[in-house]
Amino acid sequence: MNPKDLTTYAKNTWCPGCGNFSILSALRTVLAQLDGEGVPIENVVLVSGIGCHAKIVDYLNINSFYSIHGRTMPVATAIKLANPDLKVICFSGDGDSLAEGLDHLVFAAKRNIDLTMILHDNRVYGLTTGQYTPTSPQGFRGKSTPLGSVELPMNPLELMLVSGATYIARGYTHGLDLLQRLLREAILHRGFSFVDVLQVCVSYFNMYETYNKRTYEVKGNDTGSFEQAMKIIRSWNYDGGETPIPLGKFYQADLPCFDQVFPGYERKAVDRDAKMNEILENFI
Amino acid sequence: MDNFSTLIGGIAGDGINEAGVTVGRLFSRLGYHIYMYYDYPSLIRGGHNFSLVRASSHKIGTHMDQVDVLIALNQETLEKHLGRLKDSSFVIYDMDKVKAEGFKQKGCGLPVSGILKEEGALPIMRNTCILGGFCRVVGIEWAVLEDVLRKHIPKKLEQNLQVARRGYDSAVEFCRVEKLDMPTLPIMTGNQAIGLGLIKAGLGAYVAYPMTPSSSLLDFMARFAPDFGLKVVHPENEIAVMLMAQGFAYAGIKAAVGTSGGGFCLMTEGLSLAGMAEMPVVIIMGQRTGPSTGLPTYTAQGDLHFILNAGQGEFPRFVVSPGDAEEAYYWSGVALNMAWKFQVPAFILSDKTVSEGQYSFDLAAAGDLREEAYPLWKGQGRYHRYQYTETGVSPLAFPPQKGQVIKVDSYAHDEYGITTEEPKITKDMNDKRLLKGGSLAKDLEGYETVKVAGEGKTALLFWGSNKGVCLEAAEKLRLRAVQVLVLSPFPEEKLKEALAGIERVIAVECNSTAQLARLAGCYGFKTQDRILKYDGRPFSLNDLEAELGKVLA
Repeated sequence: MNPKDLTTYAKNTWCPGCGNFSILSALRTVLAQLDGEGVPIENVVLVSGIGCHAKIVDYLNINSFYSIHGRTMPVATAIKLANPDLKVICFSGDGDSLAEGLDHLVFAAKRNIDLTMILHDNRVYGLTTGQYTPTSPQGFRGKSTPLGSVELPMNPLELMLVSGATYIARGYTHGLDLLQRLLREAILHRGFSFVDVLQVCVSYFNMYETYNKRTYEVKGNDTGSFEQAMKIIRSWNYDGGETPIPLGKFYQADLPCFDQVFPGYERKAVDRDAKMNEILENFI
Repeated sequence: MDNFSTLIGGIAGDGINEAGVTVGRLFSRLGYHIYMYYDYPSLIRGGHNFSLVRASSHKIGTHMDQVDVLIALNQETLEKHLGRLKDSSFVIYDMDKVKAEGFKQKGCGLPVSGILKEEGALPIMRNTCILGGFCRVVGIEWAVLEDVLRKHIPKKLEQNLQVARRGYDSAVEFCRVEKLDMPTLPIMTGNQAIGLGLIKAGLGAYVAYPMTPSSSLLDFMARFAPDFGLKVVHPENEIAVMLMAQGFAYAGIKAAVGTSGGGFCLMTEGLSLAGMAEMPVVIIMGQRTGPSTGLPTYTAQGDLHFILNAGQGEFPRFVVSPGDAEEAYYWSGVALNMAWKFQVPAFILSDKTVSEGQYSFDLAAAGDLREEAYPLWKGQGRYHRYQYTETGVSPLAFPPQKGQVIKVDSYAHDEYGITTEEPKITKDMNDKRLLKGGSLAKDLEGYETVKVAGEGKTALLFWGSNKGVCLEAAEKLRLRAVQVLVLSPFPEEKLKEALAGIERVIAVECNSTAQLARLAGCYGFKTQDRILKYDGRPFSLNDLEAELGKVLA
């Protein structure tokens, strides 16, 4: 399959230079490849929240559920429970699933359900024109925090690790090879995969220069070690200083998934009427 | 004997609900119709619980204030319910716990604690012991009680039988409840009936977060999930509940959710999504006394306008409010069918009275319920999720579909499911959704969406759980009883026919602002009087008769 076949007629409305273009391109390439490798494209379902990130589902000619702000996980969870053969991939912004929908994200990781979450982490609300988010650095001057935000940022990867996610990685929208590799691994991983993608918002929080200078790919790390993963993840806490920013796969574990262990009683040929009569008889 | 009322009371943890159901089952076996009101505060142990079980030779759906037999497991029960005693009433009490003071009626004390001690029985068996005594007092043969206990006691059956027998032998016969030549009907709560109706109509998944008075429906679904191949999920909150239901629907599984007012508040953004994305979903909304936490375990009909208007934007919805277990069964199934035939949210608007009250249930009388077919894509050409059609309903397809794409969208969208801001498509799609509402209303013309009983120039206008009390009061006072079952789309024509020739309309509701009367008023129907109750308790037959007496005087 040619990645171009996955394009729709929707007009792309992202700003020129937006990091989302890289995610779109990387994903299209990965899904086109996987189509020939046992993940048929018709089995893929994309679920998005609301925000700039979410427009990606309009630009991909693939099954999709364009959900509401913060609510990707519950929709995706039910789709997976309904039909475990489907490959469900979620897109969310840092405001979307770390603020509005944080409870769902923690529970998805806790269940280790076989879904992939791609976090378009631009650390700012773009569509609402520039407010601070849970991953904005302290002191971020946004429209809702003109004097600078006083909160420390949240480290979503740390949260995902302790919540039970079994594939945790960070990518950057510069460096497509690494991003494609991580997305591919995340999608193929059995269990809850979380990929934090440093995706730059050119209009409200242009971090290209900083990220180009400070990011590096972690190599040779033991991805089976919770402690090592935690150490790498904690080495950068989304601050605005000079700390180096690790990229790559930080953690992977093979553990039972919710969709495998869920008592997903087969919709077998049940004699509904006979069983109902039996229940009625027990109400006598 | 037309009516026989029994009240059993004790503290939470005494098994008062189950004891009341046992009394109901005893009378059922004698051919009686049953209605049971269960009253309990919001706590786990302690407090005052009571079950008021009414048996009648006729179909009933309400209780009466006075009782024929009062069973007191503690002093508080006796004190609180002395006012319910008639001259002819009889009191049964645990003589080890209750001082037989303050009443002149006949009674009998049973040495319950002594019997339990001698038999080495657990405290929970107190009610088994006293129910043994009850059977003797009202002349129900031992064999009938033994049959009920053998069928329904899961643990320590022999010991329970022994304790019951000792209670039976310690009591004296006071009267003899006659056996009717009528079939024995099952007894169930409205929630159980809702569960069975949904399952009958093809439910595949149930998603809920516990909240009184709907929690017992979640328990029911979870318990029977393996038998019916149901996927039952209890997620992190009601927001997830509502969204999960739509994930299931996207993948082709018929789903329902259950909650009460506070939980439904969290579901409203998801409800609006269902309206825009045209996702079929059934919502069971068990009303309780509000606002806010209110009285968690007591009843109300305060959320009608909330349900009718919840969610931003305009979109059609189906709302039905069943008045007893048989209607709960039938209309829950209909709601599921309607949700899928018209891809709309469908509400089953219940309340604590219907959801947790016990009713005799006659499947044959409930109506012929079937799983209905809904518009499915026939596999020709390119699939468009939101294709324009004559009915407004676009055929459904579920992933995976080789060579096809199924796109669902919360934004304004085109036929393919791609986001748009074009004014013409925005308007056309809005019209398409409203057209579905019209198609739904047309389909409902074949259903009894308004029920009428009795004749007269004065009508009682009511909905939901007030059915039982209004039917009975109307019959007694020769009034016309008009029950509005479907509240959206509003059955304007049928209500017009139902009220033909009526000079005076009395609205009877369990809220403080007469919500049905206000709704009917929007369609030009005038109500002359309003009888409203909003103290958390349902009308008893006596309550309503007294109020009607004032209004009609």
